[in-house]
Amino acid sequence: MSNWEILWSSRDVFWQGFGNTVTIFVISAIAAFLLGSLLVFMMEGARPRLKKPLRIFIDGMRMLPFLILAYLFYYGLPSLEIRLSAWQAGVSALILYHGAYFAEILRGSRVTLSSGQEEAATALGFSRPSMFIRIILPQLVLRTRGVMGNQLIILLKDTAFLVIITVRELTAAANSLSSTYFIPMEAFIVVIGFYWAISLMLEQSIRLLGRLGEKRGFSNA
Amino acid sequence: MPEYSEVSINNLSKSFDGTEVLRDVSLDVSRGEVVSILGSSGSGKSTLLRCINWLEVPDRGEIRINGERIGVREDSSKPMTRRELAKVRTQLGMVFQGFNLWPHLSVLKNVTEALICVQGLKKEEARERGMEFLQKVGMAEKADTYPCTLSGGQKQRVAIARALAMQPKVMLFDEPTSALDPELVGEVLSVMRDLSQEGYTMIIVTHEMDFARNVSDQVVFLDKGIIIEKSAPDVFFNNPGSERVRRFLELDKAS
Repeated sequence: MSNWEILWSSRDVFWQGFGNTVTIFVISAIAAFLLGSLLVFMMEGARPRLKKPLRIFIDGMRMLPFLILAYLFYYGLPSLEIRLSAWQAGVSALILYHGAYFAEILRGSRVTLSSGQEEAATALGFSRPSMFIRIILPQLVLRTRGVMGNQLIILLKDTAFLVIITVRELTAAANSLSSTYFIPMEAFIVVIGFYWAISLMLEQSIRLLGRLGEKRGFSNA
Repeated sequence: MPEYSEVSINNLSKSFDGTEVLRDVSLDVSRGEVVSILGSSGSGKSTLLRCINWLEVPDRGEIRINGERIGVREDSSKPMTRRELAKVRTQLGMVFQGFNLWPHLSVLKNVTEALICVQGLKKEEARERGMEFLQKVGMAEKADTYPCTLSGGQKQRVAIARALAMQPKVMLFDEPTSALDPELVGEVLSVMRDLSQEGYTMIIVTHEMDFARNVSDQVVFLDKGIIIEKSAPDVFFNNPGSERVRRFLELDKAS
């Protein structure tokens, strides 16, 4: 049996890893986006006292290697009597870490949105949350779609770190096959193909978003 | 309860960084009346208009819409919450110099968004009412296009439809034609003229002298935050009481 045939016969291991990676990625991406949006909303909200701690959180996250955060959640928190499963630790680290990045991306675009649009919404009686959700956020997403797509790909790649805290995702699958059959080259090449495939799908959806944006005159990204 | 005009402004004052922009301004606008506010730039006219719906918070004085106080609670004289303000603001429609349409929404959605999110209309009802008002400003065919494809005049007409669809009692116009190319001014003014004939109460900050002369019932002239002339248009334009207004009109004629 060639090395490739060995891999083919254990394709279930890859599929399981692929499924886990995609699940972790989708959950984390959605939650991180929601967290980022919420952070931006709270930073411009009625409570100025919140602004500083939120800023510190965002900067603190951005200035820290993701791997350290994953380690901290899985190996560090038990010393505080907080025991998370590998999945819980991994996913919550991804959400907090990338949520901070999403917040920073959205906020950067937020400050350049014309204030007249908000005045119009205010004059029409919009509440703050519905103004943010219906008027502001969709525009921020359209404007930042390029950087957002990039950040999503970084998030995808960060899921690979979770192998270190025993999550059975794609990289873990390749790792275990490569050590079981001693075929690291082929195993890791296959896994690269999987990451490329997911990234290409992401790029494609960002392109679709781009088309929506162009129709509306958002051609900056 | 005393009888109030549709809009009554009493002793309004406002400063920005120590500069007084409005000083003790009082103005009554009755139902169906069209009032033009003139004045050179920096005279405080836009600030006055923006105070009426509390986009700008005055330092002193009070504003009532149909007797209902805006911005400050009647019982406790505490500032209103955004929600309380929104309720009073439903009586006021505002049109801005820069149109302020939302670029990510279609023309129709620009009109229906507040109907759905603020007034709680069902999608179908909102759509119907939205189309009705787009029709009114002659923009129904453009319902499914996006603001970036419209000319300035068309954008402003959509903005007017958006404000009208909320069925306000009073329409506030903040220099609605100042950002338009000269050849596009007419279409917006003609929509506004129709509204005045339908009996809308309108307060208009403008530089359009002909429009102020022909359409308004009352012309107000602001100078350095003080109302120095308030009269019917024929008096204002033919025989103004103040020297300052006379000079303003001459300069306008010369230009």
